[in-house]
Parts: sequence; C-alpha cells; structure tokens
Amino acid sequence: MEKFTAFTSRLAPLPIDNIDTDQIIPARFLKTTSKAGLGQDLFYDWRYDADGNPKPDFILNRPEGRAAQVLLAGDNFGCGSSREHAPWALLQYGFRAVISTSFADIFRGNALKNSLLPVVVSHDTHKALFAALEKDPAATVTVDLARQELTLPDGSAVQFPIDEFAKHCMLEGVDELGYILQQSDEIAAYEAKRALTVNTLA
Amino acid sequence: MQSQKVTEKPRTIIEKVWDNHIVAERPGAPTLLYIDLHLVHEVTSPQAFAGLRQRGLKVRRPDLTIGTTDHSIPTYDRSLPILDKVAGAQIAEFERNCRDFGIPFFGPHSEKQGIVHIIGPEQGLTQPGMTVVCGDSHTATHGAFGALAFGIGTSQVEHVLATQCLLQSRSKTFEVRVEGTLKPGVGAKDIILNLISRIGIGGGTGCVFEYSGSAIRSLSMEERMTICNMSIEGGARAGLVAPDDTTYQYLAGRPYAPKGADWDRALALWRRLPTDPGAQFDKRIEIDAGALEPMITFGTNPGMGIPISAPVPDPAAVSDPLERESLGKALRYMDLPSGKPLLGHPINVVFIGSCTNSRISDLRAAANILRGRKVNPKVRVMVVPGSQQVKKQAQEEGLDRIFKEAGADWREAGCSMCIAMNGDQLAPGEYSVSTSNRNFEGRQGKGGRTFLASPLTAAASAVTGVVTDVRTLL
Ligand code: SF4
Repeated sequence: MEKFTAFTSRLAPLPIDNIDTDQIIPARFLKTTSKAGLGQDLFYDWRYDADGNPKPDFILNRPEGRAAQVLLAGDNFGCGSSREHAPWALLQYGFRAVISTSFADIFRGNALKNSLLPVVVSHDTHKALFAALEKDPAATVTVDLARQELTLPDGSAVQFPIDEFAKHCMLEGVDELGYILQQSDEIAAYEAKRALTVNTLA
Repeated sequence: MQSQKVTEKPRTIIEKVWDNHIVAERPGAPTLLYIDLHLVHEVTSPQAFAGLRQRGLKVRRPDLTIGTTDHSIPTYDRSLPILDKVAGAQIAEFERNCRDFGIPFFGPHSEKQGIVHIIGPEQGLTQPGMTVVCGDSHTATHGAFGALAFGIGTSQVEHVLATQCLLQSRSKTFEVRVEGTLKPGVGAKDIILNLISRIGIGGGTGCVFEYSGSAIRSLSMEERMTICNMSIEGGARAGLVAPDDTTYQYLAGRPYAPKGADWDRALALWRRLPTDPGAQFDKRIEIDAGALEPMITFGTNPGMGIPISAPVPDPAAVSDPLERESLGKALRYMDLPSGKPLLGHPINVVFIGSCTNSRISDLRAAANILRGRKVNPKVRVMVVPGSQQVKKQAQEEGLDRIFKEAGADWREAGCSMCIAMNGDQLAPGEYSVSTSNRNFEGRQGKGGRTFLASPLTAAASAVTGVVTDVRTLL
C-alpha cells in the first residue's frame, strides 16, 4: 500500500444523503474477477443516460468534478452492500478522500484498507463546505491525515476523527495482512485451546 | 476462584461471543478476532484469491470455509449453459479457486447449492456462539442462532482465508426489544421494516443489535433469520437472537451440526450464551408487536417504510433541507405522489425470494394466499427458492404446483431479482412488490422501482395486480 500524503484539491459536491453502494457501482458491474476498469463505471446510472452517453449536468461529467480528488457527499455515505468495488471505483476515478457527516461501517472499513480517506465533519462544517462551493466552484480544501486536519476554503481548519491503527497503516503504508501474519503463533495457540464444532470437509 | 465468579460483570451475548474469540490484543491496534465459519461466494472473492496467489499463501482453515454460487447464477434450468459469458467465467473461476485451495464448494449442480445465507443454517453449519463472516452485508442472517455474524469486504475475505482472523474493533450494543403478540397477517418482515423506518438506515451504525422480548421468542428460526438478515438495513453490521430451545430443535440432526457427545458438550456451552440479567446495552428501543400493521416501503432505501394503510410522507413537511431533497428525489424516482397510501397502486412484477424471504416457511405463506387463486394477468410473478434443498422440500409439499397453477414462475435457487445480476430484472419504470431487502435505485434492474414487503403482502398483490393489504384476502 502506498503511503498517504497530505494534498490540496478541489471538491466534487454530491449533496445527497444515504448514497448506497448500488449507486456508487451498480451490481451488474460486479461480475468482473479483477479490480481493473471500475472507475469508468463509478456512479454509472447517475452519470450516463440510457444510451450510455454522459449526462452533462452530473457533477462527475463537469470540469469541476473531473478536477476533484475529494468527494463531498451527504450523510451516511456508502450504506448498503459490502462490495469493496465501491472504494476501488472511487479511487480509480481519482478520489483520495470523501467528506461526509457519517459513513456506513463496512464502507468505511473497506475505504481505509485501500487508502481512500473517509473524513467525518460536523453538520456546520458540512453546510459551510457546500456554501463555499456555491460561491466558488473552484474552492479547495487541504487534507492532512498526519495532523487529522481539514483546511477549509476560508483558511480555517477543523480536526477529524480517525481510527488510530488505520491512520498508522495509511501513513506508513503498512500491509494489514502482513501484520496479522506476524501473529501466527498467537493464532496457533488460540486454535490449540479451542474445540471447534464444525468441519466443512467432513 | 469462587469470589471471582461473584464479582463477574454481567455481559450481553454480544460481549460473550466477542470475548470468546479474542486471539490477541496489542496496544494501538484493533482486536485480533478468530472466525469460526467463513462463507465464500463468487462475487466478492476473486480478488482475494488473486491476492493469496500473489503472496504464495494457502487457505489456513479450509475446514472452516465453504463456497457456494448464488449472486451471478441464472435461475433457469441448470442443465442449460450459462448464457452470460462474464457471469459464467466468474462462476468457473470461483470453482477453480475452491478446488485449488481445497475449499468445499456447493456448485451449480450440487443439491446443496443456494444463497449463502440460506445454506449455512440449512446445513447446520451456522451454530450458536460462533463468529461467522462472509463477503456480503447480509451475513447478519446467521445471528438468528446467537452467532456474531457480519459482512466484510474483499480485503478482509483475503485476511480470513489466509489467517482465519480479522482485525476488529468492538461495536456498541443495541437492544431491540419486541414485546406482545403479532396480529394475523403481520410477520417478521413487518417487525424489521418497522424498526428500520423508526431508527433510519443509519440508526444502528457502529452497533450490534440483540433482538429480544416475547415477540421474538415466539418466532420460528426462519422468522428470526428474516429479522437478523436486515440488521444491515438499519446500519448495524450484525444482529442476533439469543439461542433457546427453538434454536436447538432447529439445529439438531442437521448435516454439519454436532452429534452425540459433541452435541451435549456444545449444548452446555450454548446455554451459557444468553445475556446475563443486569447487563447494560449502549442503546435500546422497544416495539409493541401488537400495534404493528403489514409494512411496505415507498422510497429508495429500506428506511422509507410505512404501515400499508398510511400515506406516503410529504417532503414539504421535512425541515432539514438535505433530508427534504433526499425524500423528494426518492419520490421522483419512484414517480409517486405524497399524501396518499400505496394501496391500489398498480404493479408489474412480484418477486418472492432472496436471503430475507426464500425459506420454506416463506414459500408456504405465499402458497397459502395463491392456493386456488390466479395471479393477475398483468403481473409477472417469480418465485425463487433460496436453495436447492428448499426447492426440493417445496416440491415434495406440492407448493410448486400451487405456484404454477396460479400462473407464477417457479425457478432454480439463487439471489435472482434481489440484486439483478443474473438476468432476472425489472424493466425501466416497472414497479415490483419484492420480498427482498433493498429498494435502492436500480437494485432490481436499471430504472426499476421496488416496494419491499412480506411474502404475504407480495402474494396478495400478485393476485390483485395492485398493492394490497393481505388481510383482505385472509
Ligand atoms: S439474496 Fe440478495 S441480499 Fe441476499 S445475498 Fe443474494 S444478493 Fe445479497
């Protein structure tokens, strides 16, 4: 995993609550067996018309959307299925962070494992960001994970919460599976002391 | 030793199962948690197996892992080739992965094939006190047995395949107490749709539900599974019901359930699982079962549900601007007016199936309504059993004949129109009454519109061709 560094970017606003993973990447694109090519299908049914042509008014089809590495979305982003294709698609499109007032649990976990940063802000900050973009669609934010700090278009900064371990992994590029594998002795010790009641090979 | 027992803090079942599975706790890191059962399917696993190959890793415990194919598989005759080349390739790759890594696999032609959350309980693989994971958000279904069961992403599928463990942080506990007696025509699906309409689809975020109370106790295992299944629709990754005699009776004698002395030993452990008196939950809600009506959703998430005779809410009455816009957007997508009930709204399709409602009791409930009746000629009705075992039993009971005589389509087992990956889908603009768990935009096919409801409501609406209160047909 690559190390996550601070960056400054424009924002793509998507002011809708409860954006579910079926919207982020519709199920019919999950028949793939690889991770490649999902970026072009991101938000497919909102982004393209019935004939597959880009809808000119959808934010990702507008120049200000294409220039953004940060998605600004409504509350409870990423609810629904556990498909990791959702963060893969967001990353492939070019997003590195999503800002919302809250995230669904599984999406948040999946995003962190792929170095896509979920940034939780207060309702006031959330409103202020949308208002700033209305005034100036080219407004930018700076995302600094090490300091857990989001610098707003007016220059003020807010702190955001993040799980300590996930932060460490993203900043250092730690491979989580590698970390678990280091604990093989503990796993073996646990297996030795517990009787299991199922055997799928039986 | 004895004094230690006396001072032991009362714990919820959620905490007990968690504590039993702690492998290691290191400062600054989440708990390393052991997984007792890992269910794998074709859609969320290929990239995980690719990761194992890249690192040269094996599956640590194939004996705690099981594969089935459900999401992409067609529900037409299994002797026919899979027409969708991409889906066919995905299923073939999954079969190869299972073979290469030594994982038992219920393939397209296995009599044990079915939706991953149907086959675990049916085969006796899902047992009380277990940790169960699957790359699928409806894994909470298995919580009906008093298991801590939750959905994971593909990276975590790889972690569990390689190590049988996951890094996890403790969740909050949320008691959902349902007391009283359900009225006729009202069932488990209505309880869970009612809960989600109250707390909202983010209401349980960060929590595990324990469903308790007299109404839950009186439910069958299959009904408990319907409720636990939709925990994620309330934002909770897991939801469970403490095991009791209903659980043990269901499990006894199933193929993978413990037998003889092993059963007795297991039973003694299972009986210690229920929440201790005096244990504290972080959150609580109480629902009066006797006050519930059949529920139906009108919008584009499962929290947008109403009692069947209630009017569709008016966005103008919502004060928060983003919430108002979301409700307005949902009604525009659904092309529905506010202020009127859905009763009498014409429909095009009825789907009876999915891991929420495709077990034998669901099919019996639907068949009871359809027996001796005909489905409305304007409505396409699909009945999709959750597994080949369910299908077999339904046929033994003659339910397939009831469905076919009524004019419904009787299919092979799979997820089918719940997720519309396999060709079973709504056409743009069509309305369905569906027994599945999600009504997101396009979930059942691009442009399709879904009303979620119980098998009874679905069957009643199939007969009349419009959204119907099943109590008028009982
Ligand atoms: S039936 Fe639907 S919700 Fe259940 S596992 Fe299949 S796709 Fe997911």
